[in-house]
Amino acid sequence: MTNILVTLTLIFGKLSLLAVGGINSTLPEIAAEIVTSRHWLSPAQFSQLYAISNAAPGPNVLITTLIGAHMAGVTGGIIATLAMILPAGILVVIVSQVWETYREARWRRIIQAALLPVTAGLILAAAGVLVRQADTGFTLTATTLLVAILAWRSNLHPLWLLGGGALVGLILGT
Amino acid sequence: MTNAPPAPSPEPPRLSHAQLFTGFLSAGVIGFGGVLPVARRMIVDEKRWMSQVAFNDLFSLCQFMPGANIVNLAFAIGARHQGVSGAAAAVLGLLAAPMAIVMLLGAAYARFGTLPLAQHALAGLAAAAAGLVLGTALRIAGPIFANRRNIPLSLAVFALVVFVHLSLPVTMLIVVPVSLFLARRAA
Repeated sequence: MTNILVTLTLIFGKLSLLAVGGINSTLPEIAAEIVTSRHWLSPAQFSQLYAISNAAPGPNVLITTLIGAHMAGVTGGIIATLAMILPAGILVVIVSQVWETYREARWRRIIQAALLPVTAGLILAAAGVLVRQADTGFTLTATTLLVAILAWRSNLHPLWLLGGGALVGLILGT
Repeated sequence: MTNAPPAPSPEPPRLSHAQLFTGFLSAGVIGFGGVLPVARRMIVDEKRWMSQVAFNDLFSLCQFMPGANIVNLAFAIGARHQGVSGAAAAVLGLLAAPMAIVMLLGAAYARFGTLPLAQHALAGLAAAAAGLVLGTALRIAGPIFANRRNIPLSLAVFALVVFVHLSLPVTMLIVVPVSLFLARRAA
């Protein structure tokens, strides 16, 4: 138990500082660690835990809460979440003060411009990894594409899209 | 007569721990499928903690820093008003209730998740969630791709992660220097 908690802290503490572009763009890295190298979850379980974390209200860091809870109960959930948010949070508090001081500096604008394409690529890659894990047939692929278009082009509440997806699974899966 | 002195930018009122906690709590518990839209509305429109410009500025930083964007935002706003304990109040408000809810959902999944009915619903839910991320990614990429120079770099990152299976740090080590070089030349 203690071993698992230490491992969770180390894994998510490391991922916390690598999670540039947010949790979604770090999903491939989380999946590589949890699914591919440690076999704590199957690919299907991983995408389903991700879906559950999306169905609950709150930030998408909740995927780490679920992985922690899956491995070591409520304590594991809390430890994994803290490990995921604390290193990055401490860093952001420090950097936001420096950032504020150099608001108009040229180097700051260069860094900002350089990070934009990287952020876009990482988020698209996260979507690519999730799509590949979740879509195991024609109906599910079509569901993903339809939801993607609606999320991209309309202002429908995400809850409708998630509920609709679950309904499609229920109706067409049985 | 001299011109009136420029109006001093109003000093934002210092928020209390309770205000930070309840503000982020209210955004967290109704933030289905992402907290950013409701958090922005709460901070800028409803409670007027920050102007839209100041919010965008801080949020862009939180996006570029590692970690969950909205959690980072709670850290930064909390610390700005009440130091370390303010950051704790904001983050606890944002996360405590959603963590409890998601662990209950996770327990229900562990108990009933293997039932065929639940399996079908969850497969559909996962497909929809993947679609949500794809749609959001397109929304975020849209304005970034308005600058054509960004497209090849983004596609390179995408390909390195999805097809070459490089880890994030290695991908960043390869792409960020190139991107910095190009941005510096363009600036």
